Amino acid sequence: MRAAVRQHHPITRTDTLARRRHLMADAVLSSDPPARRVITRPNAVRRFFQRKSTIAFLMALPLIILIFGLVIYPAFYAVYLSTLRKSMTSVAWMRNCAWLPDIICTHLPFGNIQFLFTRETFWKVVYQSCLFAITAVIFKALLGFILAHFVHNIPAKGQRKWRGMLLIPWVIPPAMSTLAWLWLFDPSYSAFNYVLTGAGFDRIPWTGDANWARFAVILVNIWVGAPFFMIMYLAALKSVPDQLYEAAAIDGANWWQRIWYVTLPMMRNIIAITALFSTIVTFANFDIVRVLTAGGPLDQTHLFATWAFKLGIEGGDIPLGASVSLFMVPILAVAAIFILRDINQRGNEA
Amino acid sequence: MRRQTLSRRRFLAATAITTAALSTPFVRGAHAAGKLSIGLWDHWVPGANRASTEVAQAWAAKEKVELTIDYIPSQGNKNLLTIAAQAQARSGHDMLAMPTWWPQAHADQLESCNDIMTQLISQNGQVNGTVQYLGRAGQKWLGVPATIGSQIKGPCSRIDLLKQHAGIDIQAMYPAGSAPKADAWTMDAYLKAAEACHKAGVPFGVGLGDTTDSVDTAGAFFQSFGAALVDAKGDLTVKSDAVRQALEYCVKVARFYPADAPAWDDGSNNRWLVSGRGALIMNPPSAWAVAKRDAPQIAAQCWTHGMPAGPRGRFSPFLPYFWNIWSFSPNKPAAKSLLVAMSQPDAVAKFVAASAGYDIPSFEKLTTLPTWAEEGPPKGTLYHYPNPHNHQTLSIAAAPAPPKIAQQIYSQGTLTKMIVRHLQGEPMERTLAWAESEVEGFLRT
Repeated sequence: MRAAVRQHHPITRTDTLARRRHLMADAVLSSDPPARRVITRPNAVRRFFQRKSTIAFLMALPLIILIFGLVIYPAFYAVYLSTLRKSMTSVAWMRNCAWLPDIICTHLPFGNIQFLFTRETFWKVVYQSCLFAITAVIFKALLGFILAHFVHNIPAKGQRKWRGMLLIPWVIPPAMSTLAWLWLFDPSYSAFNYVLTGAGFDRIPWTGDANWARFAVILVNIWVGAPFFMIMYLAALKSVPDQLYEAAAIDGANWWQRIWYVTLPMMRNIIAITALFSTIVTFANFDIVRVLTAGGPLDQTHLFATWAFKLGIEGGDIPLGASVSLFMVPILAVAAIFILRDINQRGNEA
Repeated sequence: MRRQTLSRRRFLAATAITTAALSTPFVRGAHAAGKLSIGLWDHWVPGANRASTEVAQAWAAKEKVELTIDYIPSQGNKNLLTIAAQAQARSGHDMLAMPTWWPQAHADQLESCNDIMTQLISQNGQVNGTVQYLGRAGQKWLGVPATIGSQIKGPCSRIDLLKQHAGIDIQAMYPAGSAPKADAWTMDAYLKAAEACHKAGVPFGVGLGDTTDSVDTAGAFFQSFGAALVDAKGDLTVKSDAVRQALEYCVKVARFYPADAPAWDDGSNNRWLVSGRGALIMNPPSAWAVAKRDAPQIAAQCWTHGMPAGPRGRFSPFLPYFWNIWSFSPNKPAAKSLLVAMSQPDAVAKFVAASAGYDIPSFEKLTTLPTWAEEGPPKGTLYHYPNPHNHQTLSIAAAPAPPKIAQQIYSQGTLTKMIVRHLQGEPMERTLAWAESEVEGFLRT
């Protein structure tokens, strides 16, 4: 019974006190006896809009709408497109699966993916994307780590200038800076070749030979991306307590031992997060390859994004292009799950 | 009570107001015929857009249409992205300029232009075979062939270098103002000239990449040997004698191209000519126009002419642009009226003059305009550019395969990739097997 009464009159102690304060104020302002005043509860809608969570949601709403319109909707639309046939008039069902009963196979809309698996160029693109992303991320991490140490050891007075200068490659839009690299690597008028031939060496076909072209695109990606690693590692280095290094020095640790037993364990999470972000961005790279080699020679520098553009936009096969661009999603999702799980576990251990 | 009388003045005023009110909907205001939004190709040649703006706005003023023109560049394939986006959204411009393969790719979404094409053909003459191949789906005209942006990618040679190193007087073969005397300009002559110029250190600047300039040249060479990877019926013909013969020839001549030709893009050949490093490139006169500005001594030695003849004829790459009306356009009659206005001989002559001869109309009666005869230096250098004597067959690489298959062969650069693979030492049969597998993939619908 009491519970039922409470249900009908869910007035808390705070409410009662507030109401009393209101009534006292009314009593001061008016001569009417308080008993005759109608006790009004604060409007539910008003209360809803006064909640912190509501305000936070409303303030984030423009961003949510933007993300929905520019990320989520296009992503789902791309999934839809990838299920269509080239003519885009019907669904590309799978056919003749050796590993699935026909009744299931013919009802799966992954005909484009099945077709891609039979293409030599597709596997070449898978290999190249992995080679490009893994090599570039490893070298960016290494270079970023070394640069971060150099900058960390520069006296505080001059450090800002160096930090600023080293960030320049990362700040310039890659499409623009890659144009400068294109002139350095130009097949006929390469500035590097001008120097090489001046010094008596042979010309190098920077973008004409598959291996050199791969080297060129990876090099430019490292140049653009290493400052990001540097700044992240620098922030991590600055947060390592000096006492740890002092203790290590008292224990007689040398430079390498300080790095291995103090710096690296303290930076593990930042290294993992940075590597994850960079892997995702590098896998999805478009502008550097597009500007520098356009995927050539003989498709030997194509990545998922550049090949998807070639198939979908230049070749007019939008469903196949969408399938190629979506192919990297599961690869990156698996990588993200593993890395984030590792970080989580270490967080819990700590 | 005072009775109100209707004075003569009051009667006249009331009549005038009533007449004006009743006739207002029928007054032809400045934009009485509605709105029209069009997307034209953003021309390379400075000032060329002004000519199209003038022609289109003059039509708009006459027809009382509120006209909006957007110039969409092809750099970074922005025009292709615009086409794809509008096709997906089923919204955008009423009329949009589309290059080569794109009308076919969106054939179902384009308004039939049969009515105006019949009118224009009877007025300006028949259109060439490539325009028919690309611009018509069955009996439906998908658009009107645009003068602006349409181009032939024939050879542009250095008069002095060909004479000096290959013993070829290209001006005598292609004299300004008269029909070509180019029977000796064959694939054999081209090969020998390429070899001689290579030895002299001024190789022919022909690319082997997968951008359009490279693909177009390879396509014309294959067609000169009667070689097609897919025939008009859609059947695979990769492993045919004609393909083997064409591939063998292309590889033989590619040995005399610059070593970095597989990495060339559409700008590489232009730079090759302007820098004076080569004796011949395959390009519309844009490279010559740049040379005229930046290296006039080189421009004065350039001569644009026809392609060499192969066993199956003389083929030259032709890349038409089309003006297409979307089926979702709300003002199709106005768009059609504008297309007719932009295809009139006066308008066409204006476009050609504004582009310094770069643009080529597709109608046969409009290929002898004075601009090509008068442009220089040297005077007459562009006379043979628009194929005025029908000396060669205008074609596009990968034809006569059904356009949707041909577009894949073209955009993937399958022909140049075959040449480069074989050039780099891959056995011919392995190259053909690779090409067959690639093209099989393009047959999917």
